[in-house]
Formats: sequence, structure tokens, C-alpha cells
Amino acid sequence: MMSSTVLITIISLSLLALISAVILYFIARKFMVFEDPRIDEVQAMLPAANCGGCGFAGCRNFAEALVNAESFDKLICPVGGTEIMGSVANFLGKEAPLVDPAVAVLLCNGTPEFRPRTSVYTGPADCRILHNLYTGETDCGYGCLGKGDCVRACTFDAMYMNAEAGLPVIIDEKCVACGACVKACPRNIIELRKRAKKDRKIYVSCSNCDKGGPARRACKVACIACGKCVKVCKFDAITIENNLAYIDVKKCTFCRKCVTECPTNCILEINFPPRKPSVEVQTEVLSDNPVV
Amino acid sequence: MNNILTVSPSPHAHGKETTQKLMFGVVIALLPALFSSIFYFGYGAVIVTVSSVLSCLIFEFLIQRFIFRKPITITDGSALVTGLLLAFNVPSNLPVFIVVIGSFVAIAIAKMTFGGLGNNPFNPALVGRVFMLISFPVQMTSWPVPAGLNTGYTDAVTGATPLAIIKEGLKNGESLSQLVTQIPTPAQMFLGNMGGSLGEVAAAALLIGFVFLLIRRIITWHIPVSVLGSIFIFTLILWLINPEKYADPLFHLLAGGVLLGAIFMATDYVTSPMNPKSMLIYGIGIGIITVIIRVWGAYPEGVSFAILIMNAFVPLMNAYIKPKRFGEEVKNG
Amino acid sequence: MLKTFPTGGVHPPENKLTADATIECLPVPQGVAIPVLQHIGSPSVVVVNKGDYVKTGQVIAQSKGFVSTNIHSSVSGKVNRIDSIIDATGYKQTAVFIETEGDEWIDTIKRDKDIITEIKLSSDEIIRKCLESGIVGLGGATFPTHVKLTVPSGKKCDILLVNGVECEPYLTADHRLMLEKGEEILTGVELLMKALNVERAMIGIEANKQDAVSHLTRLAPLFPGISVHALKVKYPQGAEKQLIKALINREVPSGRLPLDVGTVVQNVGTAFAVYEAVQKNKPLIERVVTVTGRSLSKPGNYLVRIGTPVARLIEASGGLPEDTGKIILGGPLMGKAISNTEVPVTKGTSGIVLLPGNESGRMEISRCIRCAKCIEACALNLEAYLLMTLSEKGLFERAERERITDCMECGSCSYTCPAGRPLLDYIRLGKTTVMKMVRERAMK
Repeated sequence: MMSSTVLITIISLSLLALISAVILYFIARKFMVFEDPRIDEVQAMLPAANCGGCGFAGCRNFAEALVNAESFDKLICPVGGTEIMGSVANFLGKEAPLVDPAVAVLLCNGTPEFRPRTSVYTGPADCRILHNLYTGETDCGYGCLGKGDCVRACTFDAMYMNAEAGLPVIIDEKCVACGACVKACPRNIIELRKRAKKDRKIYVSCSNCDKGGPARRACKVACIACGKCVKVCKFDAITIENNLAYIDVKKCTFCRKCVTECPTNCILEINFPPRKPSVEVQTEVLSDNPVV
Repeated sequence: MNNILTVSPSPHAHGKETTQKLMFGVVIALLPALFSSIFYFGYGAVIVTVSSVLSCLIFEFLIQRFIFRKPITITDGSALVTGLLLAFNVPSNLPVFIVVIGSFVAIAIAKMTFGGLGNNPFNPALVGRVFMLISFPVQMTSWPVPAGLNTGYTDAVTGATPLAIIKEGLKNGESLSQLVTQIPTPAQMFLGNMGGSLGEVAAAALLIGFVFLLIRRIITWHIPVSVLGSIFIFTLILWLINPEKYADPLFHLLAGGVLLGAIFMATDYVTSPMNPKSMLIYGIGIGIITVIIRVWGAYPEGVSFAILIMNAFVPLMNAYIKPKRFGEEVKNG
Repeated sequence: MLKTFPTGGVHPPENKLTADATIECLPVPQGVAIPVLQHIGSPSVVVVNKGDYVKTGQVIAQSKGFVSTNIHSSVSGKVNRIDSIIDATGYKQTAVFIETEGDEWIDTIKRDKDIITEIKLSSDEIIRKCLESGIVGLGGATFPTHVKLTVPSGKKCDILLVNGVECEPYLTADHRLMLEKGEEILTGVELLMKALNVERAMIGIEANKQDAVSHLTRLAPLFPGISVHALKVKYPQGAEKQLIKALINREVPSGRLPLDVGTVVQNVGTAFAVYEAVQKNKPLIERVVTVTGRSLSKPGNYLVRIGTPVARLIEASGGLPEDTGKIILGGPLMGKAISNTEVPVTKGTSGIVLLPGNESGRMEISRCIRCAKCIEACALNLEAYLLMTLSEKGLFERAERERITDCMECGSCSYTCPAGRPLLDYIRLGKTTVMKMVRERAMK
């Protein structure tokens, strides 16, 4: 009696399993999608950060694009850089593009010390909302709002908010130039700049497009578009557009002449050895700039 | 003019309602039922309620303090409401250790594992209750008979609930007209003079709470009315088919946890749907499932299960049943 | 039963402190800053130069494109500079700064007090007059009136609705105007009816302004076709679509205009401005502004020249109270908080509300408890909690399907939320983004 129950159970369940297996097999055959096996392999080579820095939704999509691409023009993984792109190109038998390593820099230096707070914002801590509402807690309608959208966007822990300065800080070593912060910033004040050796940087740390007077009133370290840097630069690396100076990394030779010339100290020099005291200098330039 | 002005997006005014006020409103609405259960069941009701509320608060505090490490929000009143409702759903002679286990399941498993207030898919008090019912069936179904204020805690005389009497009787082949002498009259049931969970017996007190909730605009009428209405209509149909086999609608409304469930449990903000249309569907679902369990199921009472089952459909309803937006259909006239 | 709109709405405390304060004429300010964009549409083009002498009422910026309008000097004096100033939008806008010298008006403006009810002009002439005089919707939306009055071919307008609801707390500018300028407003309504070629007009006024209702009801028989209706007090009744639903029970389809259901809504303040423009030749150079706040020693309603800094108005009402935390242009539910008091009064400024510091902050944000009060409060039946989450998470396509663009930003959801969640803030963000997406799609 007992054994027959067990037997029936075993047989019926086994039959059920068998039928299900057959059905599954046919369904799997019918709905199978052919996928290039190379996609998996390319995906395995990629950093798997899914940061979107390449412009695709994730590493998988990028791998697909790489496999299907005719050439690697404009297909760059900023995280992996030349090395990984090279090995992917090797694997797929294509030409690897040269990736210029880049790093994000913040084009604003308006700490409360230089850029006085003129109002208090009590809405949600979200730069986009603040940007849509008004100029922000200071009178500068271009500079950093300090609510940290970029920090939240960074998937590499390469940014943090310096509460005292009210500005985000980018950690050069961790930054992979994926561009997530650039996209997140509603004021477009984060730029991806080509990395120089020893991570040296010279750039205009301001985004204020106002004329000199209002810009200076809103912030003591604003670019007032006086043009002194343009005159002092022997390499035509500096241009002024929209009342704002811009230093072209490709032309800049890191001579640092513009830094000392700038009357508002809005050109930053970072990761340089201290200047020799003999050269006429304002040595406090470096210490003045908490954003490094 | 040296004031530094505050700037924020509109609106610059806010109503007086806060989460805390809403939760304490619910607590106030529960008080009449609490007093009437103390009146009927004596010390036991006090002990069970206090231990349930305290353990809910303590569990919530401990989890927020040591596991979440986030600001502690036990003052928002939600754990208090859960504790009260949990106590209302158990017999007044339930041992304290079972109450504490139930509170743990309610707060730790049903609420905090999902992230706390606002995220739990199932009503915490009901999850706690159902857990206790399944784990401790004997203790959870020995109902003290109302015996006044001086009733002892564990030595209370127990008896069956009206629903259990009917279920048992019908199973044994008796007809309703034979059983009617054993169950309380509708008037007794309305006032709460019958066996049952400590908070569910007094229909009158629960209805006072309902009126308060409506006046205070804490809940809308949709869920309670649709639950009660659907139970009424469904049982009326059955009763008209065979009054010997199926109890009358009034009995179904007054007996067991229907009122407590419809007014306080099904309307729990977090686990009920968001727009009136789905609220009605949700309520009707609860009503129908309750009657099905009561009439054909194994348990004499089915409100808790019905609410939990419908809770599971709430996210689906929120996603697919949409209110008719202004200007969606053009109707002029 | 008083009429009202059917779904949603909230009842904020009315706080109409200045309901009994008669409209005072504020002295001409020493200097004004008149922004060139005070309306919805394209900015007007400045036609004066630095150093020019302008008279009161002279055009200083001309309309550019159809959806735009003229801007006039509100004082006489010298154009000091054409520079940028932070205005109510929160950003710098180009403005004409004029330093006052005397108060010399252009000759064509009739400055006598006689009320002229006789209408001489034709429909087209009235519309042209509105454009020339720079009339915009004075309820706050500042949509150029001449555009609203131009009925495109193929559409028909059969009734004019006049908005005297003033459902925002604190504000009483329209209320006082209705009490003190009743005949002028009704004449203005007749002019608007003529412009639109309609026979009927309904004026909707909330029942908390009973005196205005009875005053206009008494005057209405003299003006054919106009009827006055008291409405139940409920915010946001002054919203165009809600008012249409309340008064004539027509529902403007989502994404469409009132003209699609055969009506046009104009504010009572606009009706008064139209009266002055057409009958008195006076362009829109001043408007009534409520200056109010519980800490103000002398809150009141003032007739103010456009371009006057907010600081002057606060001085006139007894100076800035110590405890001021927030200054709002407009009402507390839809108005804009300003960051400094040099912001000029523009055509859309209906009130200046001062809130004390303890009312200026936001409530602490806690978890959504899914109480559905935001859905209950929404006059459009939108699901605010969902729209907020979708915008916050950047799911804008889905937000568009959930009709985020229907939102009129009345703020009822944020007002009512017991958890103090920033519902409208994120919905507004989502709405702006979705609108941009829709525009970009249309470009393709």
C-alpha cells in the first residue's frame, strides 16, 4: 500500500519533469537569439563600471557597438583608456584609437570667503531645482551651487563635497573622466581636461560670463575678462569669449605666467612645485585655493 | 535691510497636517474601542495592549539605532499604531511572550526589512497576527468571555466566538435556526458583549472611531464602505439562497474583525491603494475574500487573510489603475 | 450651492489682512528699473538710449513678434543706463533704468477721473490698443492680452469669463479693485466682450469677497450681458481651467487652451487695464499691489508704478520688520521668493508677502507614508507622489505618460503633504525637462 503510493508519486513527478524538459528544450530552440560570442569576451575585457562615459547605456551595449563597429572612431572607453582599448582592438583585429587621459576640473572657485552668501536656500538639496529657481545663494548666476548633484552622479567615489568651501572636490587619482558629473551639473561648470604629466593643471577656475564689474561684485575670484592673461601668454593658448578667459590645454606650456598676472587669482596652478622665491611671485596663490 | 532672505521654490505655505498628527489621530480613533475592551475583558486587555505597544516601540528603536543607524523616528507614531492594532487582534488572555514575538514579527520582519515606514507591502500588525495565529493556534483561539473589569488575566473563562460557533455547528450538520440560540443577539454584538479579539468586539466603539477618522479627514470613506458593502451584498445573496446554511448579513458585519479590519486595518496608508478607484476595487476584494474564507474556508474568520491578500495587489493597482485626469475625456455641457 | 470645481483643492488660511485697506497711490519713486521681459513670450526691444529723456507713458521697448508686447516708461526722467537686474525670475534680465525728474505724462493720456462707459472702437481697434498699451494678463501669468483676444480662424468663442477669484491667501489687490473701480472693470469687460464678439460674460468671485460680489451685482444690470457669480472658497479656483469648470462646467482638454471649449478667461485687473488703455489712452504703467505680512506695521494695497523697487513698497508699509525671513512676489502658494529687495515690481506682481523667519523654512522631509493626500488635493487628479519619484529618478518618459505636463504648479500637493515632501519641486523639474524633450522632438 505504502510502497505503491511512493511509486506512483515518483513516476508521476518524473514524467512531469520529463515533459517539462522537452517543452523547455523546444522553446529554447525556437526562441534562441544568435549573439556574437565575441560580445561576451569584449565585455569581459571592459572595466564593468557601467558608468556610461562612452555614451552607451552600459558596458554590454558598448561591447556590442565595438564588435559591430567598422572602425573605433569615437568609440572610447574613458575608464579603460588606451590600454584596454588597445587589447580590445587587438582582439577584434582593429586599429586602437589613442585615448587622451583626461580629468574633471571644476570651473568655479567661489568659496564663501570670496563669494559672499546673499540669501539662504531652503528647498530640496538638488542643484537642478536650485538652478531653475534663481541665481543661487550667491549673486553669481554661473558658479557652483554646492548641492552636490555631481558628487551623487560619480560612480567612482572620485568626488566629495567640501562642506566648508561649499564646492565639490575631485580626487584626481580616482577620476576616470567618464563625464557623469559633467552631465549632472546644471550649470555646466565641470570640464574634462587632458591630463598633463604629474597631473599638473593650469586653468581658469571661473564660469562667470558677466562683465567685469558685476562679476567682481558677486565674487572676488571671478574672471573679469581683463585680458591680462591673454597678453602675457606667448603661446596664444588663452582666449576670451563671453567675458571669460579659457586656456587651451593643447597650446599651454605650463609656464605659469598667466597665474601671476591674473588680478583676481582665478587662474589656478595645481600640482606644481613651489615657486622659487627669487621669481617675483604671490606665493599665497596656492594656499588661497582650497580646491585641489 | 540687512536681513539675509530665505529663498525656496513655491509653495511657501504648508498645511498643518504632519505624519505624527495623522498617526496620533488614528490612536485617538482607537481609544473608544480600547476602553470598551478594558470594560469587557479587564486586566488582560491592559496587559496585552501595553506589552504589544511597548515591544513594538522598543523593536523599532533598536533596529533604527543599531541596524539602520539613521535618525530615530519612533515618535512619528506609526509603531504605536502598529502596536495597538496588533493588540486589538489577539485574545486578551494571550501570554506576554507570544505578544512580544508577534510584535517582533510585525516590526522587524513585516516593516523594517522593507525599509521602515512607507515601504512595507503588507500591513505589519496583520503579518504579526497571522504569524501568531499559525504558530500558536491554541492560545490564539481561546477567546475569553466578556466578564467585566475585574476579569483576571490568564484565568479568564474562555469560549468560542460567534463565527466559530457557526462554523463548528454547520460542520456538525446543525442548521442555523438551531445555532441561533448559542450566538449573541445583534444588539449584544453591536455593543461588543461577545467573545473575540480584544479590540474587535465593540462595533459601536469602532464606529465612533470611524466617524472621528472621517471628520478628521484621516481616511476617506472609500475603503471601509466598499469592504462593508461588498460583505453585506455577498452574504445577503447567500442568505437569500439558503437562510438555514448561510448566516444573515448583519451577523457577518458585526461578528469577528470585519469592522476593525475595514476601518483600521484595510485603510492603513502604506498598504492601501492611492486613488479612489483602486480603493474601491481593493475594498470589494477584501469583502469577497473574507466571505469566501468565512463560508467555505477552514478558518472561521478571514479578514486578516483577505487584507493581506489584497495588500499584495496594491502595487499592481497603483501602477495600472489610474484616476481620470482632468481634461482627459472631453465632456462639455 | 455655490459653484466650484469638482476634484481636489485645498483650504489654506486666508489671511486677507488688507481686505479693508483702500488702494493708496504710492508717490512716484526716485528711480525705476523696467525689465524688458515682463510677459510670457519674446522680450521687447529697447528703443531708447542712455541719456534720453522719456515721459511717463512713452514706449521704451517695442514688442517683437506676435507673442510680445510694448513696454512703457512709468516715470518721466532720464534713461540712466540699460543694464541687467535680478528680477522676479531670480536671474539677471535686461532692464531700462530711469532716474525720475518730475512727473510729465505724454499728452494723449486722459488723466481726469470721469468714467467713460460708451464704447466707440471696433473689435480690431480694441485689440490693437491692448498691444500698443502693453496690456498683459495681470493675474500673474502675464500672457499678452492681445494674443488672447485674437481668436484664430476655425475656433469660436461664445462666452468671456472674468476671474475675480483671487484664491491665493493674503492677496487683496483684485478685491479692492473690484470694490473701488467696479464701473471701470465692467466697462473693461464690455470692451473685452466687444473685442471677442461675444454676447455674454460671467464674473467669478469667491464667496469670501461678499462685498465685491454684491457691489458688482448691483452695477451689472447697467452693463448688458454681464452676470456676477459667487464661488465656493477653494484653492486653486483662480486657475484658468478650474474656473472654466466651476463657472460653465466645460473641461479644457489636456494640453489645449480655453478657446478650444469656446471661452476666454481674463482677470479683473486686466479688465481694468483694458478700460484705462482704451477709454483713457493710458498704457500699463502702474498696477495695484498688495503689500502684506503679519509683522508689517501698515500693510496695504498700493497703486504702484511699474519698475518701483520692492524696498520702496515695504518702506511705505512701515518698513521691513525685524523678523522677516522671506519676501514673496505673488501669493504664498504660487509666488516667487526673492533674494533681495531691489527687485522691481513688474506687470505680473500682484502682491508682496512678507513671511517671518519661522514660517520661511520648509518642514523637515520625512518618508512618504502613501496617504494619498496629494492625489486628493490635486485639482487635476494627477498622482503627485508618483510624478515626484519619477522626476527624482530621472524617468522622464514615464513621467510624460503620467501627464506631468498637465501640472499647473498650484502647489496643493506640497501644501497638503504630511511628510513635507518636496513634491512640486521635483514635479516642476520633471515638467521642465519633459517640455524640453517634447520641444526637441517637435524640432526633429
